[in-house]
Amino acid sequence: MNILKFLFSVIFLIHCFSSDLKAKNLEIEITKNLRCLICQGQSVYDSDSEFANSLKILVEKKLNEGLDEKQIYAYLKNKYGDWILYDPGFSKNTYFLWLLPILMFVFGGAIILKKVILNKKKL
Amino acid sequence: MRTKIFALFLIFTFLIIFFVFYKGLQNTNIYTPETKSEIKIPHFETKEFFSKDKINSDQIFIGSDYYLLNIWASWCVPCKEEHKYLMDLSKKNNIKIIGQNYKDNFDNAKNFLINLDNPYDLIFLDNDGTIAIEWGAYGVPETFLIKDNLIIKKIIGPLNEKLLFEIKELTQ
Repeated sequence: MNILKFLFSVIFLIHCFSSDLKAKNLEIEITKNLRCLICQGQSVYDSDSEFANSLKILVEKKLNEGLDEKQIYAYLKNKYGDWILYDPGFSKNTYFLWLLPILMFVFGGAIILKKVILNKKKL
Repeated sequence: MRTKIFALFLIFTFLIIFFVFYKGLQNTNIYTPETKSEIKIPHFETKEFFSKDKINSDQIFIGSDYYLLNIWASWCVPCKEEHKYLMDLSKKNNIKIIGQNYKDNFDNAKNFLINLDNPYDLIFLDNDGTIAIEWGAYGVPETFLIKDNLIIKKIIGPLNEKLLFEIKELTQ
C-alpha cells in the first residue's frame, strides 16, 4: 500500500511539474513573438525594461485566465496595433509585405526563363 | 563609354545612399504605431493610493464627465516637468484628474505629492504595471483624455504648453 502511495505521489508530482513547464514554455514562446515597444529591436522575452516586465506578467496572467496564444495576440494587437507582433497577420496593411517575396520570385523566375529560352534559340 | 556609365552609376548610387542616411539618421528610431482612437477604456480592479481600499474602474470613471488619466511615478523625471500643467488643469472644474501610480514606492510617491502638490482627484495603484498594459500604454508619463468611457486622446510622454492648450480646447 505504501509503495502504491509513493508511486502515486511521484506520478502526481511529475505531472504537476511537466504541466507547469509546458505553461512556462508557452509563455516564453509568446513573449518571444512580441516586440518590446520601448527597446525596439528586442523581443519582450529578451528585454528587461519596465514595459517588457509588465507584459511578461500580463501574459502569465492571461494564460492563467485560460486564454490561448491566439487570443493573447489578438488582445495585444487591439491595444498596441500590428507592430507589437513579430509575425503580423495577413491584412490589407500587410498584404504587400507578404506578397513581395512571391512577386520577386515570380519576376526573377521570369527573367531567368527568358534568358534560358533566348540562349537555346541562339544555339 | 562603358567606364563613363559605370562612374555615373557609382556617383548616383552614392548620392542615393548619402541622401537616405542624411534623412534617415535624423529621425528617431522609436516607432509608435497609430492605434484606433476612441477605444473603450479597459476594465480593471486595483487599490486606492492612500486608503488601499479595493476599487474597480467602473467606480472611477462614472457618468459623462471628462476624465484625465495620468500615469506617473515619483522616479520619473519627465513627470516632474509636466506636473505644473496638471496643476493648471486641476483648477478646471469640468475635468477630473485621475492618477495611476506606476511601479512606485509609497513613501516616495507621497513625498512627491507633498513637495509638488497633488493635482489628482483620485489616485490608484499599479504596482506591477499590468494596468498600464491594459490601457495600451508604453511607460511613464502617459496621459489619456476620457469621455463617456471612451479614450478620446492619448498623449505619450510629458505634457507641454501646446498639449495643455489642446486638452483645454477639447474639454470646452
